[in-house]
Amino acid sequence: MTHLIVFLFFGALCVAGAVNLLVQRHPINSALSLVVVMASLAVEYLLLGAEFVAAVQVIVYAGAVMVLFVFVIMLLNAGEEERTKGSRVAWLFGVPGVLVGSVLVGWVLIERTGSQTVSAGALPGAPRTIGWLLFHNFLLPFEVTSILVLIAIMGAVVLASHPDADQGKKEG
Amino acid sequence: MVPISYYLILSGILFACGVTGFLIKRNIISIFMSIELMLNGVNLSFVAFAAQWHALSGQIFVFFVMVVAAAETAVGLAIIIAVYRTRETLNVDQVDLLKL
Repeated sequence: MTHLIVFLFFGALCVAGAVNLLVQRHPINSALSLVVVMASLAVEYLLLGAEFVAAVQVIVYAGAVMVLFVFVIMLLNAGEEERTKGSRVAWLFGVPGVLVGSVLVGWVLIERTGSQTVSAGALPGAPRTIGWLLFHNFLLPFEVTSILVLIAIMGAVVLASHPDADQGKKEG
Repeated sequence: MVPISYYLILSGILFACGVTGFLIKRNIISIFMSIELMLNGVNLSFVAFAAQWHALSGQIFVFFVMVVAAAETAVGLAIIIAVYRTRETLNVDQVDLLKL
C-alpha cells in the first residue's frame, strides 16, 4: 500500500513537472520543472530497485545536464518566447496527433501487460552488480561509449569556440 | 504492489509531453529540454521492463542511454551557442536558411 502511495505521489509530481515544462514561456522555468521531473523519476527508479540508475539519474541528469542547460540559458540571456504562425500549426495538427498516438500506445500496454504487479525493489540493481555486468558482458559497448564521449567533448569545444579565436592565436 | 502497466503509462505520458513540447515550443532551448523529457520517459519504460522480465541488461541500457544523452546535450548546446552567435536569435522560426 505504501508502495502504491509513494508511486502515485511521485508520478503525479512527475506529470505536473512535465506539464509545467510545456506551459511555462520562460526557458529557465522550464528547466527548473525539468529538474523536478528528473528528481521524481529517480524515486520511481528506486521503487523498481534500480539503485545505481537512480543515483546516476540524480548525478548526471539532475546535476550535470541541467547545470549545462541553466548555464546556456543564462549565457544567451534567453527571454520569453513569442508565439508565431508555426506554433499555431503545431497546436492544430500536433496535439491531436500526440493524443491519438498516446491513447493507442496506452491501450496496447494495458491490454498486453495485464495486471502483472511488481513489488518494491523487485530487481535490485546495486552498483556492484551493474559494474560487474558492465565490465564483463558489456565491455565493448562501454569502451565505445567512452570514445563517443571523447568525440562529444571535442565537438562541443570546436563548435562553441569563437571563430576568430584560431586566427588570434596564429597572429599572436 | 504496483502493476507494471502503471509505470509504462507514466512513461507514455512523459513521452507524449515531450513530443508535444517538441512541436509547440518555439525556443530552441525549450525544444531541447523536450527531447530530454522524451529520453527520460523511455528510460523509465526500460527499467520497468527490466523489473518485469528480471533482466538486469535493461538497467545497463538505461546507463548507455544516459551517456549518449549527456554527449548529445553537450554537442547540442554548443550548436545552440553557435546558432545564436550567427543569427542572434533563439526562435526556430527565424532560423530558416535551408527552407525553400
